[in-house]
Formats: sequence, structure tokens, C-alpha cells
Amino acid sequence: MTLEHAADEVLLGFARALRAAGVPVTQDRALGYLAAVAAVGADDRQATYWAGRATLCASPDDLARHDQVFAAWFDPRDGLPRTAPRAASRPSTAHLLPEAEGAGGTGGDEEDVVRAAASAEEVLRHRDVASLDATEKRRLASMFVRLSLRPPVRRTSRHRRWHRGEVDASRTLRASLRHLGEPGDIAWRRRGTRPRRVVLLVDVSGSMSAYADALLRLAHRLTQSAQATGGTVETFTIGTRLTHVTRALRSRDADRAIVAAGEVVPDWSGGTRLGETLRVFLDRWGQRGMARGAVVVVFSDGWERGDAGLLGEQMARLRRVAHRVVWVNPHRGKAGYEPLQRGVVAALPHCDDFLAGHSLATFVDLTEVIARA
Amino acid sequence: MALGMDSAADVAARLGTTGYLADDELATVVFLASRMQRPLLLEGEPGTGKTALAEALSESLELPLVRLQCYEGIDASQALYDWDFPRQILHLRALEAGGQVDADDAEKSLYDERFLLARPVLAALRQAPAVLLVDEVDRADDEFEAFLLEVLSTWQVTIPEFGTVTAQEPPLVVLTSNRTRELHDALKRRCLYHWIDHPGLEREVEIVRSRAPEVSEALARQVVGLVQQLRTRDDLLKPPGVAETLDWARALTYLGTTDLDLASAAATLGALLKYREDADRVRAALDRMLAR
Repeated sequence: MTLEHAADEVLLGFARALRAAGVPVTQDRALGYLAAVAAVGADDRQATYWAGRATLCASPDDLARHDQVFAAWFDPRDGLPRTAPRAASRPSTAHLLPEAEGAGGTGGDEEDVVRAAASAEEVLRHRDVASLDATEKRRLASMFVRLSLRPPVRRTSRHRRWHRGEVDASRTLRASLRHLGEPGDIAWRRRGTRPRRVVLLVDVSGSMSAYADALLRLAHRLTQSAQATGGTVETFTIGTRLTHVTRALRSRDADRAIVAAGEVVPDWSGGTRLGETLRVFLDRWGQRGMARGAVVVVFSDGWERGDAGLLGEQMARLRRVAHRVVWVNPHRGKAGYEPLQRGVVAALPHCDDFLAGHSLATFVDLTEVIARA
Repeated sequence: MALGMDSAADVAARLGTTGYLADDELATVVFLASRMQRPLLLEGEPGTGKTALAEALSESLELPLVRLQCYEGIDASQALYDWDFPRQILHLRALEAGGQVDADDAEKSLYDERFLLARPVLAALRQAPAVLLVDEVDRADDEFEAFLLEVLSTWQVTIPEFGTVTAQEPPLVVLTSNRTRELHDALKRRCLYHWIDHPGLEREVEIVRSRAPEVSEALARQVVGLVQQLRTRDDLLKPPGVAETLDWARALTYLGTTDLDLASAAATLGALLKYREDADRVRAALDRMLAR
């Protein structure tokens, strides 16, 4: 009898240790665990392990934690099983970026490496993309996958069926006709919504070359995630010439898309004639419809070689056509920045938003601004 | 609900007779699900045999399989029950034609069992014992999970006009999810959880041999070896699942291939990889992978 009692205590203690390690173990889950172990037999160590995974866990992350705590709880090497899970749940945030991949150390430190990588990601999110080395750039590129865009929406004149709203008289009548004129359910409708077009104008001139790769990656990511939700994102590069790169960015694979975009852009790292290219954009695309009612995002540092007056004029024109104009400047987020360049001074009065754009975190903010536009 | 399954080994043996090879962990979880009368929530990469498990269970236990495919916008009238409105109207008209109608009686007779359209969940409760497969529950909206909650915890459906339908014996419920979104915790708490991983080399060879007996042992080994190599690459948009392995092995066999070579592999790659970018990448590296 005492033995049975002890077994329950051991199992419930394990459930508590698991909760301390961050797995959301509730009372009913713990009871389910006891019942499961009773069903498979507590003397079967392997089955007890599987019962714990099935009843106490609810996601792949939980499974990894369960395995660690299980090992610590059921084979205590140093006689102090309770300290192991405690130690595992303490985050170590001392080091910022691991120096090299080899710095991981022996197998026992695996958990530390994972956590360090997690905090390194957090650091990378806020780093200026221009200051990254090749390894960090590659790691950052893989983090872009998690960026997604909820396309901004506009109301349409067409109605859609809905479970409340205004009475949809024609649908109600048609439904009742189908039932020989018997009154049936009342149909409701509301105004529908459609995604707004998002137009990205990316400055690829020499002064922006450090950001061009990250910005195209961002454009690719936005194009892909908008496609998944039925919206459209159009991308142009501006510099000395205007190039339509949307087609290249539609390829699912980010690296290929960027190489393809690089091949079609002739003025990579060249000079800047923002005003002129913007005029070409508006003449050839924007005014005809692409920018109409769209959210237009200009990525540029505003270093204008040409006539700043022309830039201001064209920005005013863009503002009149577009629903919202957002200017993203990679230098905006840096300490001591003031919008003094001639181009920025000319363009700012015609922008709805002026945002920073030098790190992944600022890109996330940008997607929020676009979604709410 | 023992269903004749007395231990995990018994479950594995029964599933084995249908050609579904369950490892010890999965067998234990299925055994627990039937013993504890809890639904089983299966998550994992697409193509690892989540849906196949429910099919194998129904086949090996000789129980009817009721399948509820979830999709965006699914609601209770498509999953639980609905009233057959046109038939109810017809019934009323027939009563009218027959003369003297008592309003109360007529109304009562409208909400009769014969006008009740049993959708999958209600059908499973009525047919019990049965296997109920709620497939890709992550595709349904979160509101839909609330509908499932009552059924999955009390094994009954309440119909306001009719009463409560309770299962004689709880069905064996398998929920599958591809983790396109996180399920609600209330639903997860009612379920036993199991993550299905891609199988190891030996097990996958066994699976190919048992599911597609026409494929020769040598070819199966080559095919699985290559697929397992592909899964370790991290540059594929969609690494192949077991279902793709089976398709590919079958495709090669239909072409009369007995030994996997560059030409036959390249020609049939479409059975394995479903993105052009992936196929291009693998085609470029194929000779190196085959040489290994």
C-alpha cells in the first residue's frame, strides 16, 4: 500500500517539476497522466515515458522539455533530482552573440547553446543590417521567413453574405422561393472588403547599397505573404532608372528571387535621380492605376543628386493618387539623425508616415503600418 | 471501450495486419486513447501517416470510419447535424392535404428523427462504436473548436428541438493537425498528444515493403536512402513525406526500374518533389547523392 502511495507522489512530483520547467501542466492533465500510467503499468519505464509525452505535452516544444525533466527526475545522478529542471528553466542571457559555431562546447551544454542562439536572434533583430557580416546576414535571411504581411483592406461596393448586418432581401426571397414560398431563414449581408495594392519603391543607388539586399528580401517576403492572403505587392527599384522587379520576386525561393531581381536591375549601386525616376513611375504606371488607392512605400535615404524641387513635385503628385505614402529611411533610427538631406526635406511634407528601416525589428513595425493603412 | 485491445503490443499487432507499422510509442498512445476514452491529437509534418492511422484503426478493428474534413468556415450544421427543411415542408403540406391538422401535433412531428440530417460527428455518435477522424482541424476557425468540445468530453450532442443524442459507446476519435495554427488549449487538454516524426531508414523501408509489396527490397532500400538524404537538406521548400516515398517507389516500379539510376530517378522526380525549385536543386545534386 505504501509503495503505491509513493508511486503517485513520484509521478505527481514529476508533473510539478515539468510545470516548473515551463510546460503548462494543469491539474486535469496531471490526473490524466496518473490514469495513463496506471493503464500501462508504472513498472514499465518506457511506457511511463510515452504516457507522459501523450498526456502532459501539447506541442513539440513541450516534448523536448518533457524529455529533459524526465531524465533528470527518474535517473538522478547526483541524488538531487529537483535541481536539474530548475537549472534548465533559468535563462542565461549573459552573452550576446556566440563568437563562432564551434563555441558550443560539450554535449551537456546543448541547452545553453540553444538559449544563446535564441537571444542572439533577438539581438540580430535589432542590429543595423548594414553592419552585419556574411554569417549574420545568412542567419538574418532565415529569420525573414517569419515576417508576414496582413494586406491593408478597402471596402467595396459589392455586398457579401454575413451572419448579421443588413437584411439581404433578394437572397431571402430566392431562398424562400426554393421552398415553395414558405418563409425560411433570413439572409444577411454586409459590405465586402478587398485587399489594397501595396507598391514598394526601393532605392538601389550607391548610398543605399548596404541595405539593398535586406530590402529586396523584405520585398520578396511581403510579395509572398500577400500572395498567400490574396493581396498584391508590386515592387520597383529606383535609382537612375525605374525597374519593375515584381515578376522576379514572385519566385518562392528567396535567394533565387533576389538573384533574378539583381539580373534585371541595370543601375545597381549607381547614382540617384529620385525625382526623375519617380516621375517615370507615375507617368508609366502610377497614374494609370497602379498607385491609385494603393499604399506606396518608398525606401530611400533621400540623397538626391538631381533637382530636389522635382522630387517634391512628384511626391505631391504621388500623394494625390495614392491612399497612403510611407517613406522608410534606414538612417532614421540612428542616434543623431536629422532629416536634413535636400531630398528628404523636399519629400517629407508629402508623406503620411516617416519610418526607420535599418533592422528586422523596424521592418516588422513597417508591416504593421502597412496593414493598418 | 476495450475494443479487444488489451495492450500496446496488441495494438501494434492489429495495426500491422493492415500494413500500418506503428512504433512502440504510437501503439502505446493509441492503446491509452482507447483505454482512457480520450481523443487522440496527432500532429506532424504532412505525409507522415496521420490520416492513415485512422484508416488503419477502422480497418483493423472492423469499425466504420466516419471522416470529418475540416476547412475554413466549417460550422456546426456541416459537422454536427442539420434539419432537412424541404422534407419538413413537404411533410406539413401532406398533413394539410389530409385535412384536420392539430397545430401542436404537427409541430411536434416536424422535429422527428427522420428529418434530422446526421453530419459526421452525430453519425459517429449514433454508429458507435466507430472511428471518428477529424482531419486537419487546424484549418477550421477557432470558433469551430468550441463545437467539438462538448462532443469530445461528454460524447453527446444536444439538439434544442429534439433532445440529447448520446453515444452508446464512445467512438475512437483521431484529430489531425498540420500545425498551420496553434489549437486552443481547452481542446488540447481533452486530448492525448502525439507528434509523428518522419520514420527512420529501416522502418521506412519496412513501410514501403508492406504498403507497396510490388516494389523490390533492393529498390525500396535505394529509394528510402535517397529520400532520407533529401530530408536532411535544409534548402528544400517541402521535404518529401512517406506518402511521396511510396508514390516514387511505385512510379519507379511501374517503369520497370529495378536499380535506381540517374535517368530513371530524374524522369520520375515529379512523384517526389512538388516544387520546380526543389526539383531543379535535387536534379543538380542527384548524381552525387546516388553515388553515396
